[in-house]
Amino acid sequence: MLSILFRKVFRPGCWLALCLPIMIPAIGRAQDKPYFVTYSHDLEEPGNLEIETKTALARPDGGNNYGATAMELEYGTRAWWTTELYLDGQATGGDSTIFTGWRLENRLRPLMRDHAVNPVFYVEYENTSGADKTILEFTGHDSQADLAVPNGEARKQHQHEAELKLILSSNLRDWNVSENFITEKDLSHAPWEFGYAAGVTRPLRSAASGRECTFCAEKFIAGAEAYGGLGDTFSLTTRDTSHYIAPLIGWQLPKGARLSFSPGFGLTGASLARVYRVGLAFEFEQVGNWFHAAHGGAQ
Amino acid sequence: MIRRSLAILLISLSAILLSAAAAVTAVDSSRWEHVPAKDHARANPLAAQSEAATAGALVYRDHCQQCHKANARGDGHRRPSLRSERIRAASDGDIEWFLRQGDLARGMPSWSSLPQAQRWQVVAYLRSIQ
Repeated sequence: MLSILFRKVFRPGCWLALCLPIMIPAIGRAQDKPYFVTYSHDLEEPGNLEIETKTALARPDGGNNYGATAMELEYGTRAWWTTELYLDGQATGGDSTIFTGWRLENRLRPLMRDHAVNPVFYVEYENTSGADKTILEFTGHDSQADLAVPNGEARKQHQHEAELKLILSSNLRDWNVSENFITEKDLSHAPWEFGYAAGVTRPLRSAASGRECTFCAEKFIAGAEAYGGLGDTFSLTTRDTSHYIAPLIGWQLPKGARLSFSPGFGLTGASLARVYRVGLAFEFEQVGNWFHAAHGGAQ
Repeated sequence: MIRRSLAILLISLSAILLSAAAAVTAVDSSRWEHVPAKDHARANPLAAQSEAATAGALVYRDHCQQCHKANARGDGHRRPSLRSERIRAASDGDIEWFLRQGDLARGMPSWSSLPQAQRWQVVAYLRSIQ
């Protein structure tokens, strides 16, 4: 199934977007959790830049196979503030490959110490078209029918949306437990939409082995996440909403790369039956220093 | 309707930024005096393992070296040396607590996301280089 999906859907443009981080020499080490939809309270280390592609592969009922990639540029502005830019695109089999928009988000930790439950405020502005299929979250009555609309028609719809999230996250021993409460508003005449995401992860081994290795257990993080829509202010009900459960696996690769994979399973009729997600991340350390050095500043 | 939505969003955003800024300025500058007695008294459970410092060196390289440098002497400014009297004076529990908490207001991330065993390995490594 996956190989057919890749052959039919992906064109050179998509592969370029997916593989771009590989072509850039990475010098750092990403160590985030392998969540695709859920956010934990981990922020980017200050001065670091992480480039990650998050790709969703799926086939909605009545639609064609598609692959949608969000390229994420995440910068640690402060230890308590991370800012991100997403560039979204998608390719639909038998249809077209298009750029579908961008998002700008900020995450802020209001408490400067670690607590049993750590809140993070998330603020995002989205400028996307209706053809965006990256499904980085589900809100309101989002359903698989939205993903089956042909690109030519869907891209005519412009979405200027603001999204707020309350992220609550805890590190309990070696476990991370995170809950996200999502509200989204199209800045035109549209209701507030609500959604949720929750996840749990744990490294397969706690202690580092003390030797260089690629396949040892401490390099893997496993877990699961659940996410879905909760209706909107016009129809505050879970009827006709999408809900998913998705196991996760993350693998810390050599040379600072991280690969993550998650098969998601739809739980309602409005959900995609399956959605496969693949993530590839690279972290670049102390990017701010590159510019300081170039201008003769302190390292 | 659009104006009202925008106003609500702007107010929400302002409140978030203000609360974050207030929290940053409210943080006390001191380090070890805030460590709870229970944490201060904790001994490194991996101290007796000879390989703990070796493993800690790899964890240090992956997560700490970018700021504190390969020789752990920092940059002499905002990124302090870890070969210092302050580290020597701290208990193992103080250092593990500080790694877990971080000091977000001063740029030190919280490493509560690292497994606890790896934080203790870093403590063992820091002890080995004093």
